Amino acid sequence: MSTPPPGLTRDQIAERAAQDIADGSYVNLGIGMPELIAQYVPEGREIVLHTENGLLGMGPAPAPDAVDPELINAGKKPVTANPGAAYFHHADSFAMVRGGHLDLCVLGAMEVAANGDLANWSTGQSDAIPAVGGAMDLVSGVRVVRVMTTHCTRDGTPKLVEKCTYPLTGAGVVSRIYTDLAVVDVTPEGFAAVEIAPGWSFDEVAARTDAPLRDARPGAVATNRGGSEPRSTRSSR
Amino acid sequence: MIDKRVASAAEAVAEIADGETVMIGGFGEAGSPIELVHALIDQGASDLTVISNNAGNGQVGLAALIRCGRVAKIVGSYPRSSNSTVFADDYRAGRIELELVPQGTLAERIRAGGAGIPAFYTPTGAATELADGKEQRSFDGVPHVLEHALRADWALIKAGAADWHGNLLFNKTARNFGPIMAMAAQTTVVQAATVGAPGSLDPETVVTPGIFVNRVVHIADPAQEFDLVAQGAHYP
Repeated sequence: MSTPPPGLTRDQIAERAAQDIADGSYVNLGIGMPELIAQYVPEGREIVLHTENGLLGMGPAPAPDAVDPELINAGKKPVTANPGAAYFHHADSFAMVRGGHLDLCVLGAMEVAANGDLANWSTGQSDAIPAVGGAMDLVSGVRVVRVMTTHCTRDGTPKLVEKCTYPLTGAGVVSRIYTDLAVVDVTPEGFAAVEIAPGWSFDEVAARTDAPLRDARPGAVATNRGGSEPRSTRSSR
Repeated sequence: MIDKRVASAAEAVAEIADGETVMIGGFGEAGSPIELVHALIDQGASDLTVISNNAGNGQVGLAALIRCGRVAKIVGSYPRSSNSTVFADDYRAGRIELELVPQGTLAERIRAGGAGIPAFYTPTGAATELADGKEQRSFDGVPHVLEHALRADWALIKAGAADWHGNLLFNKTARNFGPIMAMAAQTTVVQAATVGAPGSLDPETVVTPGIFVNRVVHIADPAQEFDLVAQGAHYP
């Protein structure tokens, strides 16, 4: 296999994810990489960011001399409040989440399975301090849950898998995944690549995906690649 | 006459007894009732169960209470901190118990406790290991988990402004768990930066009505946990 070029940068993944956010959406962005998406909302679209510690209308980080220690985001970092913002307590905040009032959340992932299962809160290691925060509430309550992540871990292990090995955050919750190599939809038939990063081939991405991947790019002839037969064509012997 | 003012933080927390359950407001470093928690450290009660989203920062506030060996159990959602190993050290050594609860479930269990709802079903955590051992039931084909209300003997919370009746306003995201913890405790103790006579707060803007508050302590210039941690402060 030839060595493909680097995939998309974190900023490029964020920019791609931002393209899919409709004007007027109420959105929660997970701590870490997904936070970058806020910087790439296309001109002319207004979105309202929710941070689960109690703010709708979250703005960017303040200047260092304008930090208010009582105005922070869910990652405990100083933020600002945009015109039209609102503060609220935790029960109201999670009523917004659990009650289906948020249009979209984009979260990080340790693993996403072909059935939409998400693992992003625990390595399951016995010496780790258990901590879950609002991740389980978000995936069970927000109408659309998407993931932004690198396609593989630093050591090259695929994060898109047939079945999660880490403890689940939620079952069957993820609908779309933005990675440095592709945009992948979770469909009833498993993973479907709808876009492939420039310079990469479908086969190269499929080889880095630990579950069958269908080529669903516009104009693509139906092909499947991966470790096992895709379930849509599985014979019923 | 109703006047819930108490002269000092020490007086406000004096009756907290060994083995009791204490809700402590705050999310991260925002909204930590530092002066009340430090008064609790001075007071000496131990074997406490603390209900708080996090397990403290740096070497002050809740982290200091844990370091002093006063906390037997934490009920919270995210007891990891990038600036404190106090909880982690005790947890790994088996000196402190943890009940891990998803953040929204923690909030709703507290709200339910304050609202007289003994338990409720939530989709959060279904099909995860945090639902293990809990009653589960399907509604419209969606699995739900039965979660029980949380109540406490005490709540320690930080407000921006109060009046003698205990009506409260908060400051920005320091509001977090304050309003719901105030509802869910037998005795709710509030520290507020301003404390005015009845009528000093606009009834239309009151966030927590005074019926949920028992004691109000005026802490005019409260320490910010954010600043104390940045300075490397150590309590006591």
